[in-house]
Amino acid sequence: MKRAATYHKKLSASTENLSRVRNFVSSQAKKHGFTEDQINDIRLAVDEACTNVIKHAYSYDDTKQFNVDLEFDSTALSIEITDFGIGFNPSKYEVPNLQRRIKQKKRGGMGIFLIQNLMDELTYDSDGDKNVIKMIKYRN
Amino acid sequence: MKSFRIERRTNTGYEVIDLHGELDAHTASQLEETLQQLINNKKANIIVNFQKLDYIASAGLGVFMAYIEDVRSIGGDIKLTNMNSKVYNVFDLLGFPTLYDILDDEEKAIKKFLKEK
Repeated sequence: MKRAATYHKKLSASTENLSRVRNFVSSQAKKHGFTEDQINDIRLAVDEACTNVIKHAYSYDDTKQFNVDLEFDSTALSIEITDFGIGFNPSKYEVPNLQRRIKQKKRGGMGIFLIQNLMDELTYDSDGDKNVIKMIKYRN
Repeated sequence: MKSFRIERRTNTGYEVIDLHGELDAHTASQLEETLQQLINNKKANIIVNFQKLDYIASAGLGVFMAYIEDVRSIGGDIKLTNMNSKVYNVFDLLGFPTLYDILDDEEKAIKKFLKEK
């Protein structure tokens, strides 16, 4: 069996880096044979996950850093985004009600919902020191 | 990298915002400023043209969520036009088509505005 290809990127928690992460993930996914539609899904899911880290885990503190790790194998792309900030509690997550949010002039809270729809698997792991969001997109 | 850019113009009396490039959590504040300026000047019949927008993340959609009530409360609306399928899919996934007018082009948006008067 062919060995998996892995890629790693460490970034500071600035929204300026979002386009950099998108380009990094998209170009690697393209190189590894993912379709245009799959790449669109992956690009948005990664953007949403990194935006959550920058905004919620680190409150836009760009002295903090997070990691993006990609692993391609014959069946899938696995993406892990690791931060060392404030953890996200998935049990408190609710599916966004757009109408209610508009009335309350609230924005945000839609990232996780999008990731769930765009990727095949989503898991979240927090051990107190670090938080890891893992997303998988299958080739077929 | 395709940077984000906004252009403003009018089309038969309607305010048009042209979006270019990629709209994400970094660039969303520019759109927010533009909408805020229009609302402050009581310009509430707004068309946002997405023809040149290549990419949108939920932070971009969040701007429309935050301002739509303000615009509607002063008798206007924000109508969205010319989205490519990739951008439309994001709006669709989040349920926007039931709460916002998303139209093929500016002409249709203007017709919709006229019908609502």
